[in-house]
Amino acid sequence: MLHEGVRTCSGCGASLIAKLVLKAARKPVVVVSATGCLEVATSILPYTSWKVPWIHNAFENAAATASGVEAAYKALAKKGLIKEVPDIVVLAGDGGTYDIGFQSLSGALERGHDFLYVLYDNEAYMNTGIQRSGGTPRYAWTTTCPAGEVLKGKLEAKKPIALIVAEHRIPYVATASPSEPHDLIRKVRRGLEVEGPAFLHVICPCPRGWRFDPSLSVEVARLAVKTCFFPLWECRWEDDDMVLELTGPSKLIAEVPELKLPVEAYLAIQGRFAHLFRPKRMEPLIRQIQADVDANWKLLLRRAGMA
Amino acid sequence: MSSSLPGWKELPMGGVAFRPSTDIKTGEWRLGFRPVVKEEKCVGCAMCVVLCPDMAMGLGEEGKAQVNYDYCKGCGICARECPYGAIEMVPE
Ligand SMILES: Cc1ncc(C[n+]2csc(CCOP(=O)(O)OP(=O)(O)O)c2C)c(N)n1
Ligand code: SF4
Ligand code: SF4
Repeated sequence: MLHEGVRTCSGCGASLIAKLVLKAARKPVVVVSATGCLEVATSILPYTSWKVPWIHNAFENAAATASGVEAAYKALAKKGLIKEVPDIVVLAGDGGTYDIGFQSLSGALERGHDFLYVLYDNEAYMNTGIQRSGGTPRYAWTTTCPAGEVLKGKLEAKKPIALIVAEHRIPYVATASPSEPHDLIRKVRRGLEVEGPAFLHVICPCPRGWRFDPSLSVEVARLAVKTCFFPLWECRWEDDDMVLELTGPSKLIAEVPELKLPVEAYLAIQGRFAHLFRPKRMEPLIRQIQADVDANWKLLLRRAGMA
Repeated sequence: MSSSLPGWKELPMGGVAFRPSTDIKTGEWRLGFRPVVKEEKCVGCAMCVVLCPDMAMGLGEEGKAQVNYDYCKGCGICARECPYGAIEMVPE
């Protein structure tokens, strides 16, 4: 569904995720992209990498565009001009989702449009040169939250976007990782099947911005899951109650807690956290990140009824 | 609004990208290493096909992994992720 010749960096998680999402689709799809690395790298005029109908809109309004696309297809179907409304998929980065695109996303969820919103979360505004976003995790280096003598990267915690979206009480919300492609594909299909909005939050390793060797992209995502930095789950609403289930390796970790790796395994292989280990080890900061991870994991276990 | 302004049906289309990006040979980006498949070890599980971010890995006629060097950027994900150790990054 994507042509070769995509101009993402070598080892980019974003093109991998886009490829997997499109592979999962079984009906005709229309893709809407917010501005960002994936959009730029797949659509430098006059070239396009998309084999499916694709719209690029501004940075902030992907969900609004998807709402309009859905309404337009529905109108065509009503007039008998088309037989079937295609699946509508949004692909947007963290800047375009946590921050500037959040209002249009929240509105579209509230109106209940039928589309799947895929957030590929590379945890910074990568396309414009690695600026912090609401999705950047605590103590990660970016160009706008540098690591030096005084500051040690971003001071604030990562916004729990998937849970915030889940509180909109839409039919389906899930998290996924390219290191678990089967789980990811199953969740894309589920998200496309449900009536109404669905949201998929995918961890998206970025060798350029996270500072690691491109061959490690899938391994970094795998460690995010194994350390519970990025747990895998899915959630729906039943009788006004959130039904959240852990999936894949995260479910296994919940059952066998010894399998949970210390978050350091994830941090230490990425240059964006190098200041936590060199020139000297910043024990309190590493411990703070572990505490963040543990608290979020505990919350999820409680919501999954596994605490 | 003035009636002399065009309605949405008369507005020109936005930018339309019409050429497939296959014209762009991203294989030129490789930085000195390329993946080579050891056919005797490859069982055709297609894990590399699934995980290549550049659509540069496929299965050949024999059902073995086959690299398209026109587009392979040499990231090395396939070599690292192959469960059978059947792909090696070799200097070029
Ligand atoms: C309103 C507006 N502000 C700023 C920009 C410039 N801009 C283009 S892409 C981008 C960053 C995108 O970040 P993100 O959504 O995280 O996607 P990524 O590039 O990381 O994939 C910015 C700031 C823009 N296009 N529009
Ligand atoms: S900066 Fe990161 S997300 Fe953007 S193309 Fe490069 S690897 Fe992909
Ligand atoms: S080295 Fe990277 S781009 Fe080349 S075939 Fe392997 S995974 Fe694909």
